Amino acid sequence: MSIEFDAPKPVANAQFVLKTVAEEMMRPNSRYFDEHEHEIPWDYIEFMHSAMKAMGGNSLAPREPSPSSPPPEDERHRDDGGKRPPIGYQLIAAQMEALSWGDVGLYHCLPGGGLGAAAVHAAGSPEQREKFLARFHGDKPTFAAMCITEAGAGSDNSAIRTRATLDEKTKEWVINGEKIFVTGGDKSFTEYEKLGRGFIVVWASIDPAAGRAGMRAFVVEGGTPGVRVVKLEHKMGIRVSDTAAISLVDARVPFENILGSPTVDQNPTGFKKAMATFDATRPLVAATGVGVARAAFEFLKERLAEREIHIRYGLPRQKLTSIERDVIDMEIMLKSAWLMVIKAVWMADNKKPNALEASMSKVRSGDICTKITQKVVEMLGPLGYSREFLAEKWMRDAKITDIYEGTGQINRLVVARQILGYSGAELR
Amino acid sequence: MYSFDPTEEQQMLIEAVNKYAANDLRPAARNAEESGELPRKIIAKGWELGLLQASIPETYGGFGERSAVTGALAVEEMAFGDLAGALAVTAPSLFATPISLMGSEEQKREYLPRIVEGEWSPYTAALIEYAFDFDPNDLKTIATLEDGRYSLNGEKAFVSFAKEAQALLVYANLDGQTQAFIVAKEAEGLSISEEREKLMGVNALPLYRVKLTNVKIPVANRLGGESGCAFEQLLASMRIANAAAAVGVANAAFEYSRDYAKEREAFGVKIAQKQAIAFMLAEMRTEIEAMRLLMWEAAWELDTGREDAVKDAYLASTGAADMAMMVTDRAVQILGGHGYIRDHPVEMWMRNGRGFAMLTGLAII
Repeated sequence: MSIEFDAPKPVANAQFVLKTVAEEMMRPNSRYFDEHEHEIPWDYIEFMHSAMKAMGGNSLAPREPSPSSPPPEDERHRDDGGKRPPIGYQLIAAQMEALSWGDVGLYHCLPGGGLGAAAVHAAGSPEQREKFLARFHGDKPTFAAMCITEAGAGSDNSAIRTRATLDEKTKEWVINGEKIFVTGGDKSFTEYEKLGRGFIVVWASIDPAAGRAGMRAFVVEGGTPGVRVVKLEHKMGIRVSDTAAISLVDARVPFENILGSPTVDQNPTGFKKAMATFDATRPLVAATGVGVARAAFEFLKERLAEREIHIRYGLPRQKLTSIERDVIDMEIMLKSAWLMVIKAVWMADNKKPNALEASMSKVRSGDICTKITQKVVEMLGPLGYSREFLAEKWMRDAKITDIYEGTGQINRLVVARQILGYSGAELR
Repeated sequence: MYSFDPTEEQQMLIEAVNKYAANDLRPAARNAEESGELPRKIIAKGWELGLLQASIPETYGGFGERSAVTGALAVEEMAFGDLAGALAVTAPSLFATPISLMGSEEQKREYLPRIVEGEWSPYTAALIEYAFDFDPNDLKTIATLEDGRYSLNGEKAFVSFAKEAQALLVYANLDGQTQAFIVAKEAEGLSISEEREKLMGVNALPLYRVKLTNVKIPVANRLGGESGCAFEQLLASMRIANAAAAVGVANAAFEYSRDYAKEREAFGVKIAQKQAIAFMLAEMRTEIEAMRLLMWEAAWELDTGREDAVKDAYLASTGAADMAMMVTDRAVQILGGHGYIRDHPVEMWMRNGRGFAMLTGLAII
C-alpha cells in the first residue's frame, strides 16, 4: 500500500483508444443530433455495437453487462497470475470520461444494459441475472433502462406511487403507474427492428402502507401490452439521449420478474439495494461531467493558443491576467474532480465502503462541470455563444450532471449525513 | 496503479505527528499566538519526531531518504495542530532540505550532520521579498559574481528565526535565474531587523526582515556549487508543503466547526441538523478532499521525477490556498458570533488561512 497516481495500463490504453473513437464517431455527429432531437443515431449505435463485440465484450468494458454494473473479476488484465488488484470500476470511469469528452449524449446511446441492467445486477438473483442479462451479448444492439422517477417523486423517490399487485389466479404482477425521465426508455422498450428486445426496470410498491419496505423493482420486457412510451422530452442538452415518459396501465408481468422478495418483510433490502446502485454509479456519472468539462477546457485552451495566449503557470496571482487566472482555476477544478472520481472508484474496486467519496465526487463534478463550461462560453465571447462551435452545447450538456443520479443538493445531504454521522431522520 | 492508502510506515508517522499536534501544538497555539512565542520545549518535542532526520541519508547523519509524499502527510498533520508551530518545528528544513537535495558534497558534509544530529537549532531560508508582486522566479535580490566571489544585494522579508539563525539560505537572482546561497550569520553586510514582522496571523513564528548589502560569499557557498541548483524543484517542494499546511489548517477548522454544529442548539435542534449548516460542512469536506488529492498527486510526481510536478505543485498550492480561505471563513461563519471571539480558535485559523496565498517559502518537504 502506498499513495500512487499511475493510471493502470488498461486504463491508460482505454483512454488512448477511446479518444480516437470519440474524435471519429462522436464529435462529427454532435451538432447534428443536438439539432435533430429524437432522431436515433443508428449508424453510431451499430458501429459501437460491432466495435464492442470485436473487443470481445458486450460493452467497452471487458465482460461488463453494463458500464454501471459491478464488474466481475476481470481476467483479461491478469497477466501476472491474478495478483493485481481489481480495476474494473477504474476502467469504466476512464471510459465514461473519455466518451463523454466526445459527446455525453451519444455516450448515453451506447448499447448495453445501462442502469436497468445495473438494477438486475444489484437486486436480482443469479437466475435472474442470467435470464435478463444474456441479451446484451446478442447480435443486435440492445438497451435497458431504469424507471424510478415519477411526476410527484423525484429526489424523494420513496414517494413513488406506482403500484404492483399480484393476480393470484395467473400469478402475474399487475402494474399501474406513470414514470418520467427514463433515460433510454424508448430504445429499451419500443421494439425497433434494428435493436434486440430490451427491458425497463420499473420501481413500484407492493404495499404502500409499508413505505420503503414495500418498494420493489420489476423487469418489464420491451413491448409488454399496457405499457406505452407516451412522451419523449425536449431537453436543454444531451438531446440525442432519449428521455421517455412511460405509462403502465394494467401491465402484466410474470411473477418471477420481481427483483427481491415478493413479500413485504421487515428488511427493506430492495430499496436499500437500489440506493446502493447509486453508490456505485455516482462516481461514474461524476466521470461523465469531468469528460464534458475537459472537452470545453481543452477547446478553450486551443482557441487561446491560436491567438498566442499561453498560460504562464507559476506566476504569482497578482501578475496573472484575468484569462490566465480563470484557466488556472479551471484546471485546478478539473484535475481535482478527476482525482476524486478515481479515488471513489478505486475504493469500489477494493471493496472499501465509499458512500462518502462517491457522493463527494458527484458534488464536485456537478459543480465544476457547470462552472467550467459556463466560464468557457463566457470567455470565448461570441465564439462561445455561437452554435458554430460546441462550447455552448457542452454548457447545456453539462448541466444535467448536477441533476441526475442525485442532484447536487441530494448528494450534499448524503455527504453531510456521512460526515456528521446522522441518519435520514436526524438530517432531513 | 492508483492507490490512496499511506504505507504502514507513513500511517505510523501520521499517528505520531497527529498525537503531537493534538496534545502539544494545539493546546499551546492560542497563548503562542497572543504572546508571540511558542515555548522551545514544544518545538524541541516536535523536532524529536524526526521528520527532517528521516529525510536525510545516513551518510549525513540522518536515517532515510526524502519522500515528498511522506513530508506532505506529516506537514498536513502538524498544521492541523497549529500552523505557526508547524512552521517553527520544521524551520531547519528550509536550510537543510535544499542542501540535502541539491547541495554539493562539501555542503552536505559541512552542514547536514550538525543540523540533524543535535537538538532543534535555528537554521532558516530567505525567499520572500516585500512587494505586492513578489515572484520567486523574478527576485529583486541580486547575486553577482565579482572577483571570484558572489556579492548579494537586496532585502528579504518573512525570514523565520533570522535573528538567531546559525546560517541562512538566501535566494537571489543570478543572471535571471533564482539560485540559493549559504550565508553565515556573521557575514559582513548582513543585517537583520530589530523588530519582528507584524502579520495578520502566524504571530507565534518569529519573522524578520533581512537586508543584504554587498554580502560577499565564496563561490563554494552557492547551493550545488558551481553548477548551482534546480530551483524549480525546490519551489515545487515549498509549494507542496504550503498546500499540505493549507489542507491541515482547513481540516482543523472543518472538524472544529463540525463538532460545534453538532453541539450547538437553535430552534430545538442541533444546528448541524439544518441544511444551511450541513451543506456548508459538506462543501468544506469536499473541497478539502479535492485539494488534498491534488497535493498528494503533485508530491507523488515529485517523488517519481515527473515533469508535471512543477506545474502541479503550483496548481495544488494555488488551489489549496483558496480552499483554506473558503473553509476557514465558513468555520467562523458556522460558529457565528462565537467564531469571532478569540476564545475559539477558528478566527485564528481564518487569519492563518489567508496566509497561504503569500507564505510559500516558509515550509518545505
